Amino acid sequence: MSGDDAIRRDAMRSGVAAAAPMLIGIVPFGLVAGAAPVAAGFGVDEAMGLSLFVFAGASQLAIVDVLADGGTALIAVVTALTINLRMLLYSASLATVLAHEPRRKRLAVAYFLVDQAYALSIVRWTGDDDPRARLPFYFSVGGLLGSSWIASTAVGALLGSSVPDDVPLEFAIPLVFLVLLVPVLDRHPAVVAASVGGVGAVAASEFGADRLSVLIGGVLGIVAGTVAETVRPVPSPSPGTGGDT
Amino acid sequence: MSDLWITILVAGVGTYLLRASFLAFADRLVDLPPLVERVLRQIPPAVLAALVVPQLVRPEGSLDLWQPELLAGMLAAIVSWKTRNIAATLVTGMAVLVVVERLV
Repeated sequence: MSGDDAIRRDAMRSGVAAAAPMLIGIVPFGLVAGAAPVAAGFGVDEAMGLSLFVFAGASQLAIVDVLADGGTALIAVVTALTINLRMLLYSASLATVLAHEPRRKRLAVAYFLVDQAYALSIVRWTGDDDPRARLPFYFSVGGLLGSSWIASTAVGALLGSSVPDDVPLEFAIPLVFLVLLVPVLDRHPAVVAASVGGVGAVAASEFGADRLSVLIGGVLGIVAGTVAETVRPVPSPSPGTGGDT
Repeated sequence: MSDLWITILVAGVGTYLLRASFLAFADRLVDLPPLVERVLRQIPPAVLAALVVPQLVRPEGSLDLWQPELLAGMLAAIVSWKTRNIAATLVTGMAVLVVVERLV
């Protein structure tokens, strides 16, 4: 089984290499996710609990916002789950690619299913890749992102956030998604899905959808891409994803 | 228990269930009808664009096409398209943003 071991090692190394640039954006975000609850009067334990159990930055900040403004726990939960609804899409998208993995492992995949882990994995798992390399890659991405998220939350909660304002580190997050988006745009339905998804998310934000805008734009883009592919099918599409090969 | 701890536990379980939803039953999703596969194929481009585009055209929370984030993003997209390289794209995007913000 040394062949399998080599594949696993290679995949884990690729995972670390793929996730490392994400840290430029995630660490400052984690510092803020740790500092915000403490600044709002909550405990360090609660700041850590948010990052460990919810593990989704935008919804963590929203929970703190709602409760600090005097909202109830119910409103905070509904707000957080609404923001995180897009994870249903990620789960559906990964499910077909990981269908042959044991359920126990798929349930572990679910814990690490954040935007970045989804995006890095789905553009890689095009059907031409080695399926044995998928989970080692995914878990090394998830492990690196997760441990960095927890560690930066702890630092933010204990020391407060002191990210220099003049270096726009948060801008790294959309840039990394951009790098993942570009190669996916190799078929006309994908271009339609992305155009409608992007414009739809902007329009939804303009109309006040705020934190729901990613979900709304995403669903509009999925519908538009599906229609585009139905009207004019792509010659022999690669199953499961839309990644380049 | 504090309101925040209750929220953390309920939102944590709820978020996990959203993440696990389809993955938990993936073994039943092996032979999907072509229409379902067609829908699933659109998820990566649609969601990635929905994550990226608002950050580029409304960085301060309202639509604004005359600002450094959009310029930096467009140049980064060109670099990304030409090189497929994350580091080169990040460096280009951040550098353009910092330089333009200093100049303006």
